[in-house]
Amino acid sequence: MIEGILIGLTTALTLQNILMVMLGCFFGTIIGMLPGLGPMTAIALMIPITYGFDPATGLILMAGVYYGAVFGGSTSSILLNAPGVPGTVATSFDGYPMAQQGKAGKALAIAAWSSFAGGTLSAIYLLFMAPSLSKVSLSFRSPDYFALMILGLTAIAAFSSKGQFLKAMMMVVLGLMLASVGQDSLSDITRFTFNNMNLTDGISFVLVVMATFAMSEALTIILKRNDPTSAAKQVSLTELGSIKINKEERTKMYKTIPRSSVIGFLIGVLPGAGATIASFLAYGMERNIVNDEEKEKFGKGSVNGLSAPETANNAACSGSFVPMLTLGIPGSGTTAVMLGALLGFGVQPGPRLYMTNPEIFWSIIMSMYIGMVILLILNLPLIPYIARILAVPKNYLIPLILFFSVTGIYVMSFNNFDIYLMIGIAVVATFLRLYDFPMPPLILAFVLGGLMEENLRRSLLLSNGSWEFLWDRTLTACILLTTILIVVWHIYKTMFKKTKG
Amino acid sequence: MNINTTKVISLLFFIFSAFYLYTAYQIQVFAFDENAPFNARTFPIYLGYAGLFFSGLKIILPDPNTIKVQHKTLEYKKTAILIIIAIIYGATILKVGYFLTTSLFLFSSYYFLGERRWVLMFLLSFPFVAAFMYLLHGVLDIYLRDPFLQSIGVMG
Repeated sequence: MIEGILIGLTTALTLQNILMVMLGCFFGTIIGMLPGLGPMTAIALMIPITYGFDPATGLILMAGVYYGAVFGGSTSSILLNAPGVPGTVATSFDGYPMAQQGKAGKALAIAAWSSFAGGTLSAIYLLFMAPSLSKVSLSFRSPDYFALMILGLTAIAAFSSKGQFLKAMMMVVLGLMLASVGQDSLSDITRFTFNNMNLTDGISFVLVVMATFAMSEALTIILKRNDPTSAAKQVSLTELGSIKINKEERTKMYKTIPRSSVIGFLIGVLPGAGATIASFLAYGMERNIVNDEEKEKFGKGSVNGLSAPETANNAACSGSFVPMLTLGIPGSGTTAVMLGALLGFGVQPGPRLYMTNPEIFWSIIMSMYIGMVILLILNLPLIPYIARILAVPKNYLIPLILFFSVTGIYVMSFNNFDIYLMIGIAVVATFLRLYDFPMPPLILAFVLGGLMEENLRRSLLLSNGSWEFLWDRTLTACILLTTILIVVWHIYKTMFKKTKG
Repeated sequence: MNINTTKVISLLFFIFSAFYLYTAYQIQVFAFDENAPFNARTFPIYLGYAGLFFSGLKIILPDPNTIKVQHKTLEYKKTAILIIIAIIYGATILKVGYFLTTSLFLFSSYYFLGERRWVLMFLLSFPFVAAFMYLLHGVLDIYLRDPFLQSIGVMG
């Protein structure tokens, strides 16, 4: 492992890669601050740029954007009570009241230190857990992978949209259907192309991500007359107050951070769960653990109440890399986008990644830590100024997002059919968003579609067409049983939940 | 019976899944693959049935979280204009080239969204695209075909 860490450090600490982390953190912070534009949009916009770099550098840039976006989301939660990303909603419970009391600087500092500590601790957990899990996952066979992918897709559908399980499952199926367009990987038979040569190679992953996130988010902002930048104009440079944390507050954080980092990391590892659930769970757990006097302060500017979700959501971000790096199965929409980008680089994540491409595996882990340091030293003093940049009017922001989307697609294919296809998918996605159909399950399914078919093919061929492979191995059976329980539970809830009004 | 829009979308998805399933059955496979445990149409057929299953459930089960969209408050006009501009962009980029179409795409988008600061609009379209093009073409070595710039002799 020491050798791996050194390889990672050597790769991550080159001037170019440090610059990429800095740029990623900066850009991610800006996008993350804008309510509605989350890490997935930020990473999606980065993909075409990363294709000019080697895989490690590209991934380092995207990891920086990811952390920056989560950090940016916390900032808008604290200063404006307008969470940029769902994972930072819990941060606003105590961060915003603290800011209202004239302690915005302190709240930002607590959030920054908690994020830093949560991210650092979880990077250490990842350091130890990922290689061991990779070794364990080497014993996984095709039926296990197939079952795991079904579990991952079901779990993200269950967690990504509260009370909208069936809608999310429809999005999963739609994602898999889109992935099935083009040549069959084994026989080269074309499917669903309707004799259109442009579809022979299938639909590009970047196109789907850009259409369902960047472009459709821009269209949704216009359609709903939202102005994500308006709130940023309220930020005052003079009212932030001191960023110093006193001894009593530090003592509280020392207790909160370790337990919240563990819960955040473990929730992050679970497929589909992610930063939102982790931050709410950590917040709830912290409120139950603290004494009655401190419990009273929750919701009114508690240090523990701010530190816990901030630690947990950053720890969950690192945790979500575990299934992606070790199994090749992303656990969240954001890591699905990163997996798609990795596949675009020709790198196959999975248990052998740390043997075949150790520089990528270890440099991602090391860059997480570097990203945390950079976020702390770069962003904390610069937050009020970065928030000012957000006062860019919507009239400029939206065309620029559209510009990066269409340019990103054009430079990848030099084909106007892809632009039309992207517009078509974006229009459908915008309409679906209006009715609360979640997009992350679609992306995860699109990324996993090919792998899932491949593993099902192998399993069925090995078992001579029999479906017994689903329960032949205990591991496969257990994973599928969990999946069935999730599906049955959600359908049961839908059937017996009273209709509002 | 009052049917909400989510149910209508689910019904459309049901029809789409039925069409997908029909098309999946029409996929031509090699003769020796016809009775194989797995061929090019196996997975799509399962997907088609999964689509029918979940959308069918959504149609028949009660909808406790009905989403009501206030269509009157939505900005359809500007959204439609932006989509049309993007389609025109797609139609002209290969013939005219990256620089001019992209600059005009940005400039017209600013205009239709209500911006009237002409100098800023110009700066954030033509020079901005030129700088971005230099980054792609000159720094990242991504070739951008541009008949317009070639015709005026700026690009080789």
